[in-house]
Amino acid sequence: ERDGAFGLGRAAHAEELAAWDVDVLPDGRGLPEGAGDVFTGEEVFAAKCASCHGDFAEGVDNWPVLAGGFDTLADKDPVKTVGSYWPYLSTVWDYVHRSMPFGEAGTLTADETYAIVAYILYSNDLVDDEFELSSENFAEFEMYNKDGFVIDDRPDREYADWSAEPCMENCKDEVKITMRSVFLVSEPP
Amino acid sequence: MSDALSRPSRRAFLKGSAAMAAGTVAGAAAAQSGPDPLITELQDWASYTGAGVDETPYGMPISFESHVVRRNVEWLTASPISSINFTPIHALEGTITPQGCAFERHHSGAIELSKQDYRLMINGLVDRPLVFTYADIERFPRENHVYFCECAANTGMEWAGAQLNGAQFTHGMIHNMEYTGVPLRTLLKEAGADISADKWVYVEGADASSNGRSIPMEKALDDVLVAFKANGEALRMEHGYPVRLVVPGWEGNMWVKWLRRIEVVDGPVESREETSKYTDVYEDGTARKWTWVMDAKSVITSPSPQMPITHGKGPLVISGLAWSGHGQITRVDVSRDGGITWETARLGKQGDTKALTRFYLDVDWDGAPMLLQSRAMDETGYVQPTKAQLRDSRGENSVYHNNCIQTWYVNEQGIAENVEVS
Repeated sequence: ERDGAFGLGRAAHAEELAAWDVDVLPDGRGLPEGAGDVFTGEEVFAAKCASCHGDFAEGVDNWPVLAGGFDTLADKDPVKTVGSYWPYLSTVWDYVHRSMPFGEAGTLTADETYAIVAYILYSNDLVDDEFELSSENFAEFEMYNKDGFVIDDRPDREYADWSAEPCMENCKDEVKITMRSVFLVSEPP
Repeated sequence: MSDALSRPSRRAFLKGSAAMAAGTVAGAAAAQSGPDPLITELQDWASYTGAGVDETPYGMPISFESHVVRRNVEWLTASPISSINFTPIHALEGTITPQGCAFERHHSGAIELSKQDYRLMINGLVDRPLVFTYADIERFPRENHVYFCECAANTGMEWAGAQLNGAQFTHGMIHNMEYTGVPLRTLLKEAGADISADKWVYVEGADASSNGRSIPMEKALDDVLVAFKANGEALRMEHGYPVRLVVPGWEGNMWVKWLRRIEVVDGPVESREETSKYTDVYEDGTARKWTWVMDAKSVITSPSPQMPITHGKGPLVISGLAWSGHGQITRVDVSRDGGITWETARLGKQGDTKALTRFYLDVDWDGAPMLLQSRAMDETGYVQPTKAQLRDSRGENSVYHNNCIQTWYVNEQGIAENVEVS
């Protein structure tokens, strides 16, 4: 028994930690060394990503749109993309490297991932076509919507107002149906 | 097949006629004009033998209940691999969700991971980065707790209006199970983790999507479980076999399945599932992040669009579910007139903390149309809001965390429909 613990499990090997601990933090910690430019990214994207996400990261059918949608977040139908919505570049790198392509995750090299991320930035008009993303310049890059998020403010904004003893009688003068269900999902026979 | 089961089929005939008459049989019982042949005539099941005990080593529900199943709605997502299906809450009672029809939400499908192949790593700001096998996990002291797991997107399609016609579809991204597991704090201690209050725990699954999420240390030390059993048996494959995280009261996305790694970090990772997804856009275009808790919520499960009243006027059981991520449900009110007047319902039993709670209102239905609503209150005093209150606060593009009061319009025929009211 160690330090009041149970002595269960075994020490993790360095190779095991390296294999599984691949997350990248917003400040860039966790990134492997490497680099990739927009031109290379366009080729890799065309080969491995464009069948779902489109040649210009604009999305095919219902697959996610990765580019565009700037300044639509307050619209009736916001278009939330890497460019218009995502606050950190680290998330793009981490998620692509770890979980894409869909159905063949974990197969991209570090350099391929840098290149794809560079191409996604280019598709969002956030860099020019000469841009190269690397472990060196990664931390300098600021996303368009980096200041677009607030920490959960329900306690201040809602809980105080919604914790009074509720009305039980004569709570309103009349009630009208204002909307009926749009999609009638029928029971199978 | 046994003799009894292959024998034709007066039984099959009766089964068929019973099914056809299902809508009227119950109501007609009081008006039975003559002796009931189901009583006066010897029935097969009272004469022939039934199935032997060796017929079904692990049973499924009887065929008459084949409608009590998970359903999906194809157009909601681009691929059934990263998608959702719905628990048939309209047809269930009590509080425990049968695992076989408890909803699924995957981001890269339900994976098959054996106990032999299972590994759990704990690393980061720890004295001893460790690897556990499944057998190791079972050797830690364990606890049992019942909790609801509600998808952050439950009722999310309803933000802009009344959309899907059935409690299964509007409120069925939820299940409630009795979990057996090891407190996360036990494993953190085993590794000698830095558990100071400004630290975070990043958790990820073994599947391709990984589903990584960041959890503040205070919650990790409180009631989070590393669970390996649900409702008495191993987790189902689709629910994270052999080990998942249970994060009481918090949005279902954080209940990481096929849990493979726990990392102690000095700040949130801001992973895809807590930036692009599971952030809630306000009307002005800013978004809330880290909206972890699921607020108090309820829904009447019957009557509801999939559960019309078929028995006519008279005694009617209004049955429903209430829950809160902040603790116990203390009260549920029910309105039959769209919120003008309210009656306090009866709880099936005292609510468990952060668990589904059953409520009932037993009424004498006069056959007039109703606008049924339920309104939950939890131990913090929070009262479940109307959709108008939610929209006033958040707009219509939050996607997640829609805990509004639901309205069912029930007409004179007992048919129920999903509506919004003024």
